[in-house]
Amino acid sequence: MTTEAKPVEERTRVVIRFAGDSGDGMQLTGDRFTQETADFGNDLSTLPNFPAEIRAPAGTLPGVSSFQIHFADYDILTPGDRPDVLVAMNPAALKANIADLQPGGIAIVDAHEFTDRNLKRVGYAANPLEDGSLNDYQLHAIDLTGLTIGAVEEFGLSRKDASRAKNMFALGLVSWMFGRPIDGSIAYLGKKFASAPDIRDANVAALRAGRNFGETTESFAVSYVVKPAVIPAGRYRNISGNTALSYGIVAAGQLSGLPVFLGAYPITPASDILHELSKHKAFGVTTFQAEDEIAGVGAALGASYGGALGVTTTSGPGLALKGETIGLAVMLEVPLLVIDVQRGGPSTGLPTKTEQSDLLQAMNGRNGEAPVPVVAPQSPADCFDAALEAARIAITYRTPVILLSDGYLANGSEPWTLPDVAALPRIEPAFATADPDAVFLPYSRDPETLARPWAPPGVAGLEHRIGGLEKADQTGDISYDPANHDLMVRTRQAKIDGIAAAIPEVTVDDPDGHAKVLVIGWGSTYGPIGAGCRRARLAGHRIAQAHLRHLNPFPANLGEVLAAYERVIVPEMNLGQLRSLLRSKYLVDAEGYNAVRGMPFGAAELGAHFIEICTKTDSDWRQE
Amino acid sequence: MSTDLGMPLGRGLEGVPTTTEAQTRKEFSSDQEVRWCPGCGDYAVLAAVQGFMPELGLRRENIVFISGIGCAARFPYYLDTYGLHSIHGRAPAIATGLATTRPDLSVWVVTGDGDALSIGANHLIHALRRNVNMTILLFNNRIYGLTKGQYSPTSEPGKITKSTPFGSIDAPLNPLSLALGAEATFVARTIDSDRKHLTAVLSAAARHRGTSLVEIYQNCPIFNDGAFDAVKDPETRDDAIIPLEHGQPIRFGLEGHLGVIRAAGGGVEVAEINESNADDVLVHDAYAPDATMAFALSRITDSGVIRRAPIGIFRQVERPTYDDLSREQTALAGDTPTLQDLLDGPDAWTVS
Repeated sequence: MTTEAKPVEERTRVVIRFAGDSGDGMQLTGDRFTQETADFGNDLSTLPNFPAEIRAPAGTLPGVSSFQIHFADYDILTPGDRPDVLVAMNPAALKANIADLQPGGIAIVDAHEFTDRNLKRVGYAANPLEDGSLNDYQLHAIDLTGLTIGAVEEFGLSRKDASRAKNMFALGLVSWMFGRPIDGSIAYLGKKFASAPDIRDANVAALRAGRNFGETTESFAVSYVVKPAVIPAGRYRNISGNTALSYGIVAAGQLSGLPVFLGAYPITPASDILHELSKHKAFGVTTFQAEDEIAGVGAALGASYGGALGVTTTSGPGLALKGETIGLAVMLEVPLLVIDVQRGGPSTGLPTKTEQSDLLQAMNGRNGEAPVPVVAPQSPADCFDAALEAARIAITYRTPVILLSDGYLANGSEPWTLPDVAALPRIEPAFATADPDAVFLPYSRDPETLARPWAPPGVAGLEHRIGGLEKADQTGDISYDPANHDLMVRTRQAKIDGIAAAIPEVTVDDPDGHAKVLVIGWGSTYGPIGAGCRRARLAGHRIAQAHLRHLNPFPANLGEVLAAYERVIVPEMNLGQLRSLLRSKYLVDAEGYNAVRGMPFGAAELGAHFIEICTKTDSDWRQE
Repeated sequence: MSTDLGMPLGRGLEGVPTTTEAQTRKEFSSDQEVRWCPGCGDYAVLAAVQGFMPELGLRRENIVFISGIGCAARFPYYLDTYGLHSIHGRAPAIATGLATTRPDLSVWVVTGDGDALSIGANHLIHALRRNVNMTILLFNNRIYGLTKGQYSPTSEPGKITKSTPFGSIDAPLNPLSLALGAEATFVARTIDSDRKHLTAVLSAAARHRGTSLVEIYQNCPIFNDGAFDAVKDPETRDDAIIPLEHGQPIRFGLEGHLGVIRAAGGGVEVAEINESNADDVLVHDAYAPDATMAFALSRITDSGVIRRAPIGIFRQVERPTYDDLSREQTALAGDTPTLQDLLDGPDAWTVS
């Protein structure tokens, strides 16, 4: 019997969520599907979601790990609100995720795991595969485990080892459904399991078996095609935020000619930056796993004092511990890059979930008047540019700079237009040089930037002493003089404020220039806000969007931009931190839209809110 | 001239540029007015360091003093080298970053008993176990001076201070026992007022490759005057100082009537030495790979009022340093790949 080609339906966009136990390899499955999708040429955006526990008890709700990918034949902005396809490897994964599945969506479930014991463990009184509770969905209850064990029989693995390849069976099946090429994944498995040929072969066999299962079995009547997106010409790769951030730091070292020194203490979700940078010694990157957060930033500051680009990475409570040293760096006026990958707080909070609640701490979390520039990336790939910008400011202005990423940016991924390295602007460290005819003044200033000389040890004639005590202007000697302190406090502030003159003005996306409502955000909300604005525009509303790269100082034209709109909406994953900064600085009646759920905003949620605001604004205007 | 302790010259200063020009004490003195209290032991240490620096023959611009917070932490301001007065307890962490990235610098940390053993004890421990190439001068005056007289982690139990009007109930710690427990490779103790001994110990410490910890008994005339009188007073010191010299029997006392022998419990103790036990006197071995004897010697320091204490180099052993190993890994990483190749990665694709 020959199999006839099955019908293929066209879709413009699809959201798939792979969900399973922490040990089921869902993140790997998602990563591979992402790479296949990138190879195919769709635009995409991903969102991993995993528990803080490394291996919560198997089969329980707290142990569920998931990976969501949104891909489309056009440029998309978010990892998608609700999946069209849910792959659930056990009852816990089904229970934790089914409410998100679109009505009528496809649920692919490993029926093998739906034993009485497993059902009971997550509180299912009856088997949902049989009791009709999933009638609103296209349910495919398949014995993924059994089929996988059968497919890899010839490799003589134990039943347990054999069943571990079931994630690849699922990947093969979903790859078939959406016409993804699997050659790249086969090559990947060949490399990953090079030292264990039987495991490698079993995984490849499971992957192929999954694809063939989709092609031949009658339970899948159709497959789908999402055509490649029309994407601007260029070279691309898929990249996560933490990797892009790491590469930005490597690039900053190369573009400035400075060795990079990372002092870091492991903390979720920032640790991957330490892991990545520790691989790049050949680029002159030294990593130091410190005894604590304070030593991490201290060692970075010591390296900066010695003329390296000192970097420290942290998250959550780690930023609080670094505060005193950042204050010292403000006083010493040496470059220092502080990366905060924000997570749910306060205290230990939600270590693996995302939040934007460290903005005010970044702005003000030090004793005394201690201004620090703050920058934020807006998407995973943008972390590269943001890191370069933060390093440029730190080196040029001799100041600590805080970069605020977050858990969503860190672990999310998207295609990245690869920069041409030759075209990236250099960063000039401009170290101080000795002048035999003049006394060295460590606290003299560049008239334009107000930056002081960077004079690392080792240069004869520039020997000097600096520290955390207030400095006399010019000489840097200890000074308790009231007028001098006033001058120095104002000078340090003026230096940071002056950066506004050298950063781009904020641009507004206001298609016909007639919007009355401006939505302004910062950080990872860029995608959801953009998607929400699209929805409002599709519904016939005029709405403008602006997004801030620089949180301190703000772009020079920001006040003017805010004043040009009747309503200013500030969606944030906090209780209104940017909003309060905008209100206090510009006396603008900015309105918040706030949620602190550990998850990114959904496009539908923001779209609905924007439509409501626009509708109200339009009707108010008509009444007037 | 300094005392010859018979120690071999270490490689601690390897990689730091030297000068052939004669240097003077004056060149190492900055233009800043020294502002410690009259009679403070810090003056003696400063004078000793300024006087001894020319002996090292290093280029002045390649010497860095880093301090934390406290009276002693003002030290860097008074030396015409590079200097960094940082924050409380964190100097070893800052020095770690500097020493790792700059093998051409001689890095010194100046700290006190509060700075190093209270707020910064964690960094001290980890610097010692990593063996980062730096020399730590721990000024121990057994009191908080800059905050005006609270007890410190080395103050004796029962001490009456502003914060302990009924007597301190804190158990003190022994800085050298702590250092030895933290795998330190160079551990020594000296006294502010004994310039010759101080200089000899500092010289050996500077030349040791790795983290050198030198505890300096330093008198605070304002808040803890006389804390070290037993080991400083010419009347009493011969019976109070237990001199540690490598290869020498540990005997002391005006007529050499005292010595250190093994104690029944496994440690060591001071005993009257006579003909019957003269052969039991321990011979000091600072190079012993095992730190047990050095630890035992550290324990015969009084934890209460000091009446007797071993002075000298307890331990001096070779172990790879963190900063050398870090630089070695970098050197072995091979040629710099192109940044473009890194960014592109193996899975890039082209849209035309």
